Amino acid sequence: MSRTIPALRRRPSAAPLPQRKISFSLRLKKISRAWQLYVLLAPALVYIAVFKYWPMYGVQIAFKNYNPADGFTDSPWVGLTHFIRFVNSYQFGQVLGNTLWIAVLGLLVAFPIPIILALLVNQLQSERFKKFTQTVLYSPAFISTVVVVGIMFVVLSPRSGLVNNAIQLAGGEPIFFMGSAEWFRPIYVISDVWQNAGFSMIVYLAALAAIDPALHDAAKVDGASKLQRIRHIDLPGIMPVVTILFILAIGNLLNVGFEKALLMQTPLNLSNSEIIQTYVYHAGLQQAQFSYSAAIGLFNSVLNLALLLFFNTVARRANQATLW
Amino acid sequence: MSLTTNPRTTESPTRAVIQDRPKQTLRDKYGDRAFNITATAILLLSILAVVYPLYFIVIASVSDPNAIYEGKVWLFPSGVTLEGYQRIFADSRIWNGLGNTLIYTVVGTAISVTTILCGAYALSRKDMPGRKILMLLFVITMFFDGGLITKYLVVRDLGMLNTVWAVVLPGAVGVWNLIIARSFFEHTIPNELREAAQMDGATDFKFFFKMVLPLSKPLIMLMIMIHVVAQWNSFFDALIFLNDDSKYPLQLVLRNILIQSDVSSTGTTGGDIQSYAAAQRIAELTKYAMIVVSSLPLMIALPFMQKHFTKGAMIGAVK
Repeated sequence: MSRTIPALRRRPSAAPLPQRKISFSLRLKKISRAWQLYVLLAPALVYIAVFKYWPMYGVQIAFKNYNPADGFTDSPWVGLTHFIRFVNSYQFGQVLGNTLWIAVLGLLVAFPIPIILALLVNQLQSERFKKFTQTVLYSPAFISTVVVVGIMFVVLSPRSGLVNNAIQLAGGEPIFFMGSAEWFRPIYVISDVWQNAGFSMIVYLAALAAIDPALHDAAKVDGASKLQRIRHIDLPGIMPVVTILFILAIGNLLNVGFEKALLMQTPLNLSNSEIIQTYVYHAGLQQAQFSYSAAIGLFNSVLNLALLLFFNTVARRANQATLW
Repeated sequence: MSLTTNPRTTESPTRAVIQDRPKQTLRDKYGDRAFNITATAILLLSILAVVYPLYFIVIASVSDPNAIYEGKVWLFPSGVTLEGYQRIFADSRIWNGLGNTLIYTVVGTAISVTTILCGAYALSRKDMPGRKILMLLFVITMFFDGGLITKYLVVRDLGMLNTVWAVVLPGAVGVWNLIIARSFFEHTIPNELREAAQMDGATDFKFFFKMVLPLSKPLIMLMIMIHVVAQWNSFFDALIFLNDDSKYPLQLVLRNILIQSDVSSTGTTGGDIQSYAAAQRIAELTKYAMIVVSSLPLMIALPFMQKHFTKGAMIGAVK
């Protein structure tokens, strides 16, 4: 209430200089009046300062030779040494290739499936079946990554696993899925769909529910079939959500699934399962090459950010919804 | 980042789904019927693909390991035994891990939810000077972060390695959750309410704790559930920040047993080949039982949580 009164009192005819003075002191007053809000925000600010911005400040060790005694600031600069070493190392092509493979494969397969599922579920006539489908399909999202990978190991086990039992029943030879490099990518992507498609579907269902039912009624009167209505009403209706989620997925392209890849790694599938981030983990935390692995991590983040900016621009050019 | 302009933000999405469109009966054309059949078939297959592996794990966990080896277990358990479960409950690592997980979950959820609710409320107030810049500080961290190594070094410099703080603090505030909470406050707490309260002399603190929080129960429930599930299921922070076995949360214990195949729980690692093979089979059996036991709590809670999670997806989508 009192907050608005000084603003009202300000005369429009006031000279520029005094007005600025007034607005400055007014601003101070506003700030001091809102001190309780800043107190509420303080813990979250302290959190991002310590756990987000401090590590960001520490990223400089990618260009330094980090040693614990000197810390982030005083370790000696070495320029691009670590980046050059990474690009020239024999793992570079391999880890970059593996990362892009599972990222792109994951995006191509795992991104459209929830949309298709949502369109189908949305068309179901029976509310009970609709609800049941939703619940069942998204329940795996609540299973931990550790357990999902654990399930893979037991179900795909060469000696006692369900899948190999079925293969043998059909007269085939058992396959050592978790121990062969060429099976890593299919298993990775299929398990991703299995675990997350149902949960991602929920967002699209929410967007579909927001479409004006009158559009469907009108189309029905005109004799449009269900497929036509999906194509001309549902799909355009959820397109903004699809675009945003696609850009976000691109922005996370090189980050997702790192934990699962790490858990799925066995010495035998390493040639396909070592991605940039697991490499950072191995080189950095297990072998304590902090600067070298920080440089690789930075390489990953920058690549990611570039992809995000690129696709956001493309979306804007295409007049689609964008992040900003 | 506005996605859709949906006026029914705070309404239950399921209700919105129900109102969606009138039942189509007589006007169903052949094409539509074919569509319905195909759609139902696809969804039934998807349901089967999700459910069967889980069902198999459950029946395998009570079956005779030899029957599983011989491929006799498909639809029903065979040679019912509870040995797997008995072994789990006799394994002190599991109990210890469970205890740790409970502590981490309670402490972590309390810290995260409190920080997010307070921060999100402040950010939802359009009259807070500097709101846009402060929000930007949070959003930036969604798109760029310092990476694993520097995070590890910061936690180490803070002296938090091998403590409960290393597990609960580094991931405490997810910016996405903050945004969800902020848009909830923006949409559900009317300005007039605050102005009226201020007229009566209520401070921001008083208004937040006495009015806003009691009005935000669905949001609080959602935030609690998001963090309980996340903390219950997380293992990576524990993996990199803890080095003392006795502090391991359940997921890390599970990882060591399920994936690293640490068979010491079976006791008999020496001896002749036959007893080794037997031990292996028991170890497999224990794995099935372990998957069931560790996932059961969340699966039981799922129907209860579903309503809140769909609502959360809705708020997130509309933001």
